[in-house]
Amino acid sequence: MCQVTQRNTPYCFLDAQGQNLVPLPADISLDWLRAAYRHMVLIRALDKKVVALQRTGQMRTYPSCLGQEAVGVGIGLALQENDIFVPYYRDQATLYLRGVTLTQIMQVWGGDERGHLFSGHAQRDLPLCIPIATQMTHAAGVAVALKSRAEPHAALVTCGDGATSKGDFSEALNLAGLWQLPLVSVINNNQWAISVPLTMQTAAATLAQKAVAAGMEGVRVDGNDVVAVYHAVDLALKKARSGKGPTLIEAVSYRLTDHTTADDATRYRDLKQVNDAWEREPIKRLQTWLHEQDAWDPAQETGLLEEVRAQVDAAVAAYLALPPQAPDEFLQYMFASMTTPLSAQQQYQHTRFAVDGSKTQPQGAQ
Amino acid sequence: MDAREMTMVEAVTLALRRAMLDDPSVVLLGEDIGTNGGVFRATEGLKAEFGYKRVMDTPLAESMIAGMSVGMATQGMRPVAEIQFMGFIFAAMEQIVCHAARMRNRTRGRLHCPLVIRAPFGGGIGAPEHHSESTEALFAHIPGLRVVMPSSPVRAYGLLLSAIRDPDPVLFLEPKRIYRIVRQRVTDHGKGLPLDTCFTLRQGDDITLVSWGAAMHETLQAATLLQQRGVSVEVIDVATISPLDMNTILSSVMRTGRCVIVQEAARSGGIASEISARLSEEAMTYLRAPVQRVTGFDTPMPYPRHEHFYLPTVNDIVNACDKILEAL
Repeated sequence: MCQVTQRNTPYCFLDAQGQNLVPLPADISLDWLRAAYRHMVLIRALDKKVVALQRTGQMRTYPSCLGQEAVGVGIGLALQENDIFVPYYRDQATLYLRGVTLTQIMQVWGGDERGHLFSGHAQRDLPLCIPIATQMTHAAGVAVALKSRAEPHAALVTCGDGATSKGDFSEALNLAGLWQLPLVSVINNNQWAISVPLTMQTAAATLAQKAVAAGMEGVRVDGNDVVAVYHAVDLALKKARSGKGPTLIEAVSYRLTDHTTADDATRYRDLKQVNDAWEREPIKRLQTWLHEQDAWDPAQETGLLEEVRAQVDAAVAAYLALPPQAPDEFLQYMFASMTTPLSAQQQYQHTRFAVDGSKTQPQGAQ
Repeated sequence: MDAREMTMVEAVTLALRRAMLDDPSVVLLGEDIGTNGGVFRATEGLKAEFGYKRVMDTPLAESMIAGMSVGMATQGMRPVAEIQFMGFIFAAMEQIVCHAARMRNRTRGRLHCPLVIRAPFGGGIGAPEHHSESTEALFAHIPGLRVVMPSSPVRAYGLLLSAIRDPDPVLFLEPKRIYRIVRQRVTDHGKGLPLDTCFTLRQGDDITLVSWGAAMHETLQAATLLQQRGVSVEVIDVATISPLDMNTILSSVMRTGRCVIVQEAARSGGIASEISARLSEEAMTYLRAPVQRVTGFDTPMPYPRHEHFYLPTVNDIVNACDKILEAL
């Protein structure tokens, strides 16, 4: 029950050069690999576009997931419809694979709560969580709900490496181990918590070993290898769904760009480290492998890039066409029904704005 | 259905039991609430009756208790969590403020948090430091959270049932000083009392006394003394301090023209200040005298030997009333 399979060298199937180290899992077909590749390419295209929108004032502060596509895609492909996903804030790929639309992802980061009206399989999933590690205990609670109703599903929560320093991280893992909850916790160890490197975050040799104290299995995978991430998460989810308890997975990746669009990573880290990390990034290695298997060719690559560009452009067009919220909409979701004080404030808001919502600035504002 | 005489803490237990019988999604969680029945015995006998899956003794971690309640609530459960003393709620504050109170708004109604966090609060029982806090105003300031506190066994039963059935998060603060000093006949009829509503406990024409929680006890005694002197006193138990039912208070004060607000909490920035501000905004021309506040001090509750230096007394309340009754 408390077996620990963590190892200092993360396990991987496809190394940084795209070489296959150990036989691929039986359920990994070339079609699966091409689909995973497509998802990663799409998310990278989305990411690039959203950053560009931010630079031109059409998007708010945005946390890029550049270089971490394999973590999100691996998780997303392993999750089943009725599992519950509890994201942090750098989970664009997993959200997309849950059925959240690219437009909804942009809507959230574009400053509109309505993006959280998740579609697809994500309708019971939790929204993005910005306060660090607080989502870990939510996920434990979700797992308690699943377990108490004897639902054969699992909760999966993500966090970054910085989150492992926080109380909620340890408190949630402790409970999950103690109560043998159907919970998979995935740390996206991208090496940086804004400007603080992992070496300044913990003396622990690995983050996976934090599972030991919680009495659960800890697994360390190469977060740049989508096969390894999928395989580890899939095994952990199957274990959780069958009542065999929780798993902590450390996916070792690298944040190839700034923390968010409001950050400038050149202030605190060497370009050489970033350049080295580009040698290990997840998309190139899978592309190399597919090429070597004669399972991918330049024409397919060109076609894919065209396809994802069109998909992202359509999502951007839908995002830019979203109507604004009514001036009193933000008052309407505090409680199931309007309270007396909020009704009065809504009336006041109607005096500040035209009642039909045609004004988007307070009357008299310049 | 028979009424039974009981204390307020027994009425809390009765309401928890009724809610659990009526709705299988209601579960209790917290520290020492299972086999031990809670340090104040509010969950006495419930683990034996409902089992460990519905009465969960959790590890000692307040943020986790609140956080897991959020997660459970988003998936259709109705967790009723106990924070053992309000002085230990601060570790859970991030979860309450940033998540429980916002989940509905953040997801535009896709998810919501029907959870209750119960916590005994207030001083006067001679407990160590951190066991006597009255920080209800901190939470009343948080949008999206209901803050409810009973001051009698009947209201404890009815308000707790309504809090558990409410589709949104409720902080249910139990004034532990009066857990056992007031007895009342309570019927286990399963009917809740309205939230967001003040309770007018006595009707009168000369002065309005407004309070909540344990201070209600002294406020009612002060009202009795004044009535014996021929003063006609209206007494209001606010009960839900957020959202605040100002209409009941306003209509009373517009009639009596005088108001004394009694709170055990620190003097500055509290609910008494809020009510006073609202009276000056909306009832100024009806006031025959300045609104008075009888409160604790801007200090922590003194250690137990000296709690009596801090706590508002019946005499303090009568004196405040006398000050504005002179013109009667």
